[in-house]
Amino acid sequence: MTTTQAIAHQLAEVINRYSTDYIEARFEESQTSYISYRGRELDSIGRASAIGGNVRAMVKGAWGFVSFNDFNELPGRVELAIRQAQFAGNEESQLAPAEPVVDTSAMAQDKNPVVIPLAEKKQLLDEYNDIIWHTPKLQTAIIDYGDSYKKVIFLNSLGSYIEQDRADVTLRLTAIATQDNEVQQAGLSLGSRGDFSLIQGRHQQVGQMAQLAVELLSAPQVKGGEYTVVLDPVLAGVFAHEAFGHLSESDFVYENDRVRQIMTLGRRFGSDELNIVDNATIPGLRGSYKYDDEGVPATKTYLITEGKLVGRLHSRETAAKMKEKPTGNARAINYCYPPIVRMTNTYIEPGAASFDELIGDIKEGIYVKNWYGGTTSMEMFTFSAGEAYMIRHGKLAEPLRPVVLTGNVFTTLMNIDGIGNDLEMNQGGGCGKGEQVPLPVSNGSPHIRIRHCLVGGR
Amino acid sequence: MEQILAQAKRVAEEAEAFMVSSEETPVQFEANRLKHIQSKQSSYVALRIIRGGKIGYATATELGDSQNLVNAAVETAQFGMIAKFELPSLSVYPEIEVFDPKVESVSTEEMINLGEELIATVRGHTPDIVCEAGVSKAIISIHIINSRGGQANYKQSIFSLGVAGHLIRDTDMLFVGESESSCHPLTETKAIAGEVLRQLELAKNRASIPSKPLPVVFTPRGLASALILPLMVAFNGKTVLKGASPIGNRLGQPVFDDKLWLWDDPTLAYRPESRPCDDEGIPSQRTPLIQQGAITNFLYDLQTAALAHTQSTGNGSRNYGGLPAPSPSAFIIKPGNTTFDEMVTDIKEGLVIEQLMGAGQGNILGGDFSGNVLLGYKVESGRIVGRVKDTMVSGNVYQLLKQITAIGSDARWVGGSINTPSLYCPTLSVASK
Repeated sequence: MTTTQAIAHQLAEVINRYSTDYIEARFEESQTSYISYRGRELDSIGRASAIGGNVRAMVKGAWGFVSFNDFNELPGRVELAIRQAQFAGNEESQLAPAEPVVDTSAMAQDKNPVVIPLAEKKQLLDEYNDIIWHTPKLQTAIIDYGDSYKKVIFLNSLGSYIEQDRADVTLRLTAIATQDNEVQQAGLSLGSRGDFSLIQGRHQQVGQMAQLAVELLSAPQVKGGEYTVVLDPVLAGVFAHEAFGHLSESDFVYENDRVRQIMTLGRRFGSDELNIVDNATIPGLRGSYKYDDEGVPATKTYLITEGKLVGRLHSRETAAKMKEKPTGNARAINYCYPPIVRMTNTYIEPGAASFDELIGDIKEGIYVKNWYGGTTSMEMFTFSAGEAYMIRHGKLAEPLRPVVLTGNVFTTLMNIDGIGNDLEMNQGGGCGKGEQVPLPVSNGSPHIRIRHCLVGGR
Repeated sequence: MEQILAQAKRVAEEAEAFMVSSEETPVQFEANRLKHIQSKQSSYVALRIIRGGKIGYATATELGDSQNLVNAAVETAQFGMIAKFELPSLSVYPEIEVFDPKVESVSTEEMINLGEELIATVRGHTPDIVCEAGVSKAIISIHIINSRGGQANYKQSIFSLGVAGHLIRDTDMLFVGESESSCHPLTETKAIAGEVLRQLELAKNRASIPSKPLPVVFTPRGLASALILPLMVAFNGKTVLKGASPIGNRLGQPVFDDKLWLWDDPTLAYRPESRPCDDEGIPSQRTPLIQQGAITNFLYDLQTAALAHTQSTGNGSRNYGGLPAPSPSAFIIKPGNTTFDEMVTDIKEGLVIEQLMGAGQGNILGGDFSGNVLLGYKVESGRIVGRVKDTMVSGNVYQLLKQITAIGSDARWVGGSINTPSLYCPTLSVASK
């Protein structure tokens, strides 16, 4: 038994002594390694280990939360969490029912990428860096590699005791080209559920990325305005996540009557072709798990079916308050934070159209690919494409400078009028919500077409 | 700590141990009500060594396991950067006050009262707004020792207070908010609530705006959300060293309007971004970055400075526990003498930007910014007439700041790390539905 396991077992007995509405604890042991390049040279290489835990208590509808990496005085910390909750609580606690789960079989499921020798990881990054540096007009490159392996123990006052592990690998490459006083960049984000081999052998993609940065130097800037745009699977996945996914997170909905009205189940959000899913049960994806951080089993949740809102993402608390079933979407980035409602693997299901059919009848439009980032204020969203091309008379035409797309979520979803048949999942992203960033998630979509999309430009 | 350093010295030429420990108590309100009281204790130790001339680095939360920490640092040193710098042997630092013991003794009740007061004021003005509020106190201790005898120790207190409201009418959403932080306890909610009420007042009516280049006023918040990030990246010594900063070879040259002055300042008393020394133990200094429109300095840590054949500016920072890297402390833009009202009065047709969303997504290195005007107001004939929606702006920081019509006299803190006045620019590209 490891130290953490021993402490967890000890605490399982302690928490039953208190009469609170609910109490849970989470312990984590993690290892990480990272390598980054700024330019030709390696910039930083390091290893980190962390161990820590937290206790969360609910009394009369309010939460107390205590996190620590000093394991002394554990009973005192439990009492502090309860005192805080007592202090804040003044209504009835509501948590959707959850079965007590005792399961340690989800431990040791993932490959641990941290134990791969740093020399092997560095070798791969050196190869990618060489490719970038052999591209003419390339000014510099940024490479950030990181991996982690984490063991998590969860227990609660219902009698649950769960051990799970989670491995994660991310690689972000950026190529920066300059000419005169112009600077342009192109990026590539890769990731996997701990499987290092999935980021190997990407030499060709890295070369194309570097070439793109150079080509952007001579590309024109698009004229701002409304266009018909076609999104590639990467960017459409980001769109599904940012523009719609965050709206499905019930912690934004459950205590706000106005939002509840907007997010009424059955309301039409898009055409009959549109289906959007959040699914934590797909093996091997970065957003997947067996149990969430409240010990609730992961589920596949349809958010939109045939254009209509049919579901949303829940923690036990939001599910109870909305009288719906918990979906197992309470996640915390690490032991320093309480779980909040988050997405897992979010995607638009494939439709029937081929790429050629999607662009075939567009007289003047924009094809946008790849991803710089995206953010949302629920109603409004912006997301940026790393790569863009004019579409003229049904054909791809000249490359453009990267563009930013923005719009109103509700009208934009309605304006999706073509869904491709080529679903791809993108493992390169990380999601931020409040202070908790980056959380491993994945997004996916086939190519999609949106009418009347506002594109920023000069 | 001393033991880690001693163990490291046995296997390395140089070594430095950095330890940070913090205790934080956030009180959070959701949907107008008290929801969460938290207490967060955390600490970690970072070991940096120079072995065979190369930098090795490892961190751990467990102080007890010093041999593993040393071993991990030794492994990484095989591949590390060649160390070009010398650790400082200093132990005398400027007196910069960043700790107020009164923060520690603020009671949970007092913190709850502040949050309730903020929400009550905002809802008193607009009853159907839904508010989130946060009140937080934190005590942070930093301890640095190195093999050259250098050492630094200081304690910092941080108190912060903020409120955010969303007002939803059908699918129309309005987001307003303001926050403040200090090393002193904050006891007044008036200024924060007042700022939120001002935003609500200005956003009451709706206005449409044409798609074309228009004169624009950035409020302090608007400026922080749109223009600061590209500048922070461009003045970072590491960006400059790699040749990726568009101003990297323009030291001493006029690049911006001569009304523009910018400096980095970690020496202001009782500011959350202030400190007696940086995370490498280099004394804090005020570093001018733009003087009268000309580039005067870039920000450096020890290693980057050594590679660039210059001196550290005391900007070595360990974000997220990583190796020290150059990072700004607090960016200060010098106020001018035009009032906000005078700027607005001067505009026949234009836009006031209060909050830009997504500005940091584009080609930041090139200075491009583009984003959705999350909160902004249309100006007609010298008067704010209402809030604009479905509106995007795009521009380039270097082009925009080359010609500034006026700089405001209304400088204030936005978040903990930016102090700026409003800025009035002659033209910015606006796209709207």
